[in-house]
Formats: sequence, structure tokens, C-alpha cells
Amino acid sequence: MSSQLTRRVIACLDVRDGVVVKGVNFEGLVNAGDPAALAARYAAEGADELVMLDISATIEGRRAMVDTIRRIAEQLSVPLTVGGGIRSLDDARAAFDAGADKIAVNSAALATPELITAIAGRYGSQAAVVAIDAKWDGGRAMVFGRSGTSASAREAVEWAREVESRGAGEILLTSIDRDGTRQGFDCALTAAVSGAVNIPVIASGGAGGRDHFADVFMRGHADAALAASIFHFADTSIPALKQWLSLQGLPMRITTPKDGAC
Amino acid sequence: MSATVALVDYGAGNLTSVMRGLRRAGIDPVIATSPAALADAAGIVVPGVGHFSATASIDDEWRKALLSRVAAGVPLLGICLGMQWLFEGSTESPGLPGLALARGLCQSMNEIGTQFAELSPDLIAFKVPHLGWNRLKPPWGCIEIGTQFGELSPDLNSDSRLLAGVEPGAFAYFAHSFAAPVGPETVATTTHGATFASVIERDNVFGTQFHPELSSETGAAIFANFARVVRR
Repeated sequence: MSSQLTRRVIACLDVRDGVVVKGVNFEGLVNAGDPAALAARYAAEGADELVMLDISATIEGRRAMVDTIRRIAEQLSVPLTVGGGIRSLDDARAAFDAGADKIAVNSAALATPELITAIAGRYGSQAAVVAIDAKWDGGRAMVFGRSGTSASAREAVEWAREVESRGAGEILLTSIDRDGTRQGFDCALTAAVSGAVNIPVIASGGAGGRDHFADVFMRGHADAALAASIFHFADTSIPALKQWLSLQGLPMRITTPKDGAC
Repeated sequence: MSATVALVDYGAGNLTSVMRGLRRAGIDPVIATSPAALADAAGIVVPGVGHFSATASIDDEWRKALLSRVAAGVPLLGICLGMQWLFEGSTESPGLPGLALARGLCQSMNEIGTQFAELSPDLIAFKVPHLGWNRLKPPWGCIEIGTQFGELSPDLNSDSRLLAGVEPGAFAYFAHSFAAPVGPETVATTTHGATFASVIERDNVFGTQFHPELSSETGAAIFANFARVVRR
């Protein structure tokens, strides 16, 4: 047994102006509830980590975000990653001070790759996550910034290698093609990036059922898999998902329910 | 009654979650930015993330203050890099001494792992950093996944005060690239490529390679046990 490290299931909260929302292909948002209440529920159900992405459209929304981070962190004793709108070391500091354990940078890292090194230098590599949003263009997976609206000239695998060399401790890889579609994770994209770097890769975008998680762990070589809508709308419960993945032979953190019902 | 515990702040990382975790265990953490702040502390926590060289900012005055408090019986808990620093040193920063409260040198997990590469190439199929949830095992014997942990013993290690009530195979959250060797102070081990010391304990000196503040119920139990030791 080379490692007993488990595969992680991560619940994601896309937060806009204080409420959790979810869209399809980065558009068409619906309200899914209170971020702190959802975070508490997912942590109690055995989510291995929480990710909160700030997709606020307004300055007021952004200002409220520190308060939202604090409210979420208060509920948690598992890691919390915060992303969205982090443009500087000062933005990162505000999020860390409010209770984030890791920061995910995306557009700002594309514009200023030195920001990755700055965050890793001050807070440690394990706290510096780079979010990569990728979309296939012919045979090439290209990186996009600004919530999937701004094409960059970079290829996902090449950018993943660069962010690793700049000190990133983890990659949050989202397939724009699959995001919100529930058609399954992009295993080809995930396997290409995971095989190119030695840091963990979190697969995101497209989770629709438990077999999609098994696929992305086994075929996509993902270290962790992230989902939002299938958990928010309660089609898939985290404990049942993790139990099932464990039965497929994947190492999972299975916790006993606290009420002793097991 | 809450006990005052000094949280050593030497600029390595973010203390928010550690503070929250300690408070939940009934500990009143006070951030210590100078050695003088240790004088009244009933307990000391050395947190830490990042590179071993970050501990260089803990200068001679800090070292003397920490060692004298430990010698006076004050409980000390090192977390992650804070635990590695309790050893004699680390190959991450050769020449930079640790506190030498535990024996051995910390090494890169790649170095430790590749010692096994000749035996089987499969054994090196692991990523470094070791990041995520892994199991705590007793320092003796070799327990693999699938064993009914609870049937072996109710406690991971009944000799450890820090691990009271923690079950064998309990999960904890790790984030590190260097690791400490298994030695006489080891009270729990974890396997990632190779097996390393994940919890150490000797008298009033304690260390966890993982982050109790991010380790859900396992972490809460460990902070509660540390709080109990501090109050005694």
C-alpha cells in the first residue's frame, strides 16, 4: 500500500451577494440557499472540504463577502477554500483573516503570475490554489479567465506546469464545457493535467451522478472532485456517494454519523 | 475555567483556523509575538506551514524561552511545520537546527519514498505534497485499509494523552512535503509513500504532522485532550 491518502469529495458554494447560486455553463443563475447553513450541512454530512467562489457582480456584494467567509468558517472544522475576485495579496489577506484556509486565484494569476508566488511565500504553498477554467478548442484545452468569458493564449497543461513551478499547492480544474451540465466530469482534461503535475488536482464541472465521481477518480486520476448543484438540490447525498465510492475500491474518508444511527 | 495558551506567531501562515479550533476546545489562545509573552502561558502552541526556513525567524531568544518553559513542565504542542521543528532539524534547511525535543531529522517525502522504489515501482505512485485526509495508525505493526480497526483496540494508542479517545484508523487532514522519522517519541504513524511519524509525544511535548484545526472530530478530540493536559 503506497498511500492511504483518500480521494476527496468537495462541496462548492457559488455565492453572489450573500446567497448561494448555481448556473449552467457559467450562466442562468438560480438561488440555492444560505451559504453558512449549506456549509454546515455539507461538513456534517462528511464533505472533505468546502470551496466558496465569490461571483458577486457588484462592489457591495464584494464587500459583504468577508462577512460571508466569516459566517461559513464559523461552521467548519474542515478546510475552506475561497476564490473569486482575489486580485492582490491584500485581497488574499482579508479572506485569510476572515477564516479561509486556502485562496484560489484565477484571472489575477493569468494577468500577474507573480501573485501565486507571493501568496505561497506568505501563507505556504498548501494555501495557494490556482483555479484553471478550460474549454476545448479542437484538440487543445485552452484556459479562460473572468468566469469563462475571456480567452487566454494558454493551454491548460502548460499553464498547470507553470503554476506548479510558481508555488501553487493545488489546482482547481474546471471544464467550462461540462460546468452545470451534469453530463459527467471531463476525464480526458483532468487526466492530462493530473499527469503533468505533481500537485493535487481537483476536478470540477459536470458532476451529475455517483458514477461520474468514480470515473474522474479512476480514469481522470483526480485527487479530489468538486460539485455544487447535485448536492444543493439533494439529488445526491454526500454520505451515500462516499459509501458507494468506497465500495468501488476507492479510498474514502467514511465517518460514522454522530447520532449513532449506524 | 479557560486556560491561557500562547500561540507562537513567527509569521508562518494564517492563525485564524487554529485560534477557532483552540477556542472550541475551551482554550483561550493569545498570540505571542515575542518570547516575553510565554512567561505566563499555561500552554504553548507552535503552528506553522511552509518551508522549514520559516522557523529561522524563531531566534535564540525564542528558543531559550521555549526550552525553559518546556523544562518547567509547560505543555507544548507543535502543529505541522511546528512539529517538524521539534526534531533536530530538516534536510529542507540543512544547518538550521530544530529544538531537538524529539530525535531524528525530517526529510523530504520524495527522499523517503524513493528508498522503496527499488523494491517496487508501484510504491512511488504518489504525489508530494501529501495533501488531504489520511489515517492515523499505531506506531507498531502494519494496519492496512479494510481491517476492522475498532476490533483491535478501542484506542489508537493508550499510552498517549494527546490521543485519548482517538480510534485506530482515524482520519486527519495533512498538507506537507517533508516528514519526521518514526522514533521513540512516535505515538501514531501515517503512510504516504513511506510511513512517517504523524503524532509525537514525550512528557509535556506533543506534535501533530496534520492540522487538528482542519481535521473535524479527530482534531477536536486532540485539542480537547491538549486542553485537559494544560489544565492539570
